[in-house]
Amino acid sequence: MAFYAFCVIAFVTVISALMVIRARNPVHSVLWLILTFFSSAGLFVLIGAEFLAMLLVVVYVGAVAVLFLFVVMMLDVDFVELKDGTLRYWPFAILVGIVFAAEIVMASVFGVHSLPDAFDAAPGADTNAEAIGQVMYTDYLLLFQLAGVVLLVAMIGAIVLTLRHRPETKRQNIAKQTSRRRGDAYELKDPKPGQGI
Amino acid sequence: MELGLSHYLAVSAALFTIGVVGIFVNRKNIIVILMAIELILLSVNLNLVAFSVFSGTIAGQIFAMLVLTVAAAEAAVGLAILVVYFRNRRDISVENVDMMKG
Repeated sequence: MAFYAFCVIAFVTVISALMVIRARNPVHSVLWLILTFFSSAGLFVLIGAEFLAMLLVVVYVGAVAVLFLFVVMMLDVDFVELKDGTLRYWPFAILVGIVFAAEIVMASVFGVHSLPDAFDAAPGADTNAEAIGQVMYTDYLLLFQLAGVVLLVAMIGAIVLTLRHRPETKRQNIAKQTSRRRGDAYELKDPKPGQGI
Repeated sequence: MELGLSHYLAVSAALFTIGVVGIFVNRKNIIVILMAIELILLSVNLNLVAFSVFSGTIAGQIFAMLVLTVAAAEAAVGLAILVVYFRNRRDISVENVDMMKG
């Protein structure tokens, strides 16, 4: 039963991955990408890696795909024009793909055969999430913290890259506001009667 | 038929190949190239999780999580670079990226 479910989900995954790279409209590409991630989360669930499956849905579908959608819709590009001449590259791309696939197949056919078969999605625990939690903050604490640092660097990098100050917009300069003295704001004049200033 | 490790490896290999082909096909659209890179990282994740589960060790899933982190960071920075590039050029064609002559 699990095998038939696997066949269906794997088929959906591969087809939607194909549609990602051959859809004409990048918005459609992002939507196919979401389907790809969703069905691979299904593949994860099938072998009992539920935690990673939920993480895939939350991180990819919830954050990365929405980020892609935002950028695709923000950029005002003529996507029809972008697709001109794509046909030119298909033969070369398919050649490269065949070479890659052939190399993978050759490596797995002629390689050393000792595929592991100790199926256990939650070694040493009742559930998959529990098994991950047991090692994540103990054995892999340093890697976990480093992942946080990577995310921090990416966040600061993205902000620094896209932040810009337009010279024509009026902004509030708080330092200038608070350092203003009474003498800068007004001036006392003593006009004589019958004269202007 | 019993669901085995080799089935997962086959799907992963297919995803990887599709990602590589996607990079070569889209000479004009950087966004789709970024999506193809996400596909490649997804196939890596599939490999790691499949091996982890079928060999009964949890380490592969931790590594898959780290790959997920790197993929998210890469998407954020890549898209930021793309936005800056589009602001300067009004265009996201890959063929003109050599304007800096780095």
